[in-house]
Amino acid sequence: MEDDVKKFLYVNRKAPYGTIYALESLEVVLIGAAFDQDVSLAFLDDGVFQLTKSQDTKEIGVKNFSPTFRALGDYEVTKLYVEKESLDERGLTLDDLQEITWEDEDDDYEEKPSIRIVTRAEMADVMADQDVILSF
Amino acid sequence: MKFGIVVSEGPYTHQASDSAYHFVKAALEAGHKVPRVFFYHDGVNVATSLSVPPQDERNIQQQWSAIAKDHGVDLVVCIAAAQRRGMLDENEAKRQGKDAHNIAEGFRISGLGQLIEMGIETDRLMTFGD
Repeated sequence: MEDDVKKFLYVNRKAPYGTIYALESLEVVLIGAAFDQDVSLAFLDDGVFQLTKSQDTKEIGVKNFSPTFRALGDYEVTKLYVEKESLDERGLTLDDLQEITWEDEDDDYEEKPSIRIVTRAEMADVMADQDVILSF
Repeated sequence: MKFGIVVSEGPYTHQASDSAYHFVKAALEAGHKVPRVFFYHDGVNVATSLSVPPQDERNIQQQWSAIAKDHGVDLVVCIAAAQRRGMLDENEAKRQGKDAHNIAEGFRISGLGQLIEMGIETDRLMTFGD
């Protein structure tokens, strides 16, 4: 481990609304971004719904926080791992998710996708590679 | 070993804060260090000084306050999560124009940065939640 940089993984397992976990997870991610750590997010189980397009919360009277995911690139949070099996089980594909990108300043500010679809087995490897895992 | 602890469910409804308490106690007794416990989500409700459980039941807030007093464990309550749920210390109550405050002895209100810092500075971070 060099210079106190640790690998932080935020695991999002719950639907965006219905409970507060998803929103309060995102609040930790945004604050944590100021600490210059190596940050990744994982989305699995109902957590994959957090990234879906066209969320409309008007009728339930709570704030739609899904646009914030598109701002994560500005916070240098560029690795969003989404579990393929969780998408499949819910009838979702990559097309159902928001387009989330980040600008690679080492590559002429090219816009690159932040979402990385991984299998359940690959997700296990992502988790095994972390120093700190916060599960929401 | 240095442990950082997150409590993310409220008292009495959920076992998380009890399990965290037993873990912290056991870890300290075994000679490990627990510099900080961070209370998040409904876990912030553990810190209320206004809880009055029946006399033959454990008092979860008092158990934690005792751990802070006896072992110097830093009990941090997330300010954003706390304010949503009506948990205010004296300063915050004044600032927000509220007429009461309810953060028990041994707990303090602070920001989410304290959670990240705990993750950086401890060897293991353990979450007690759902």
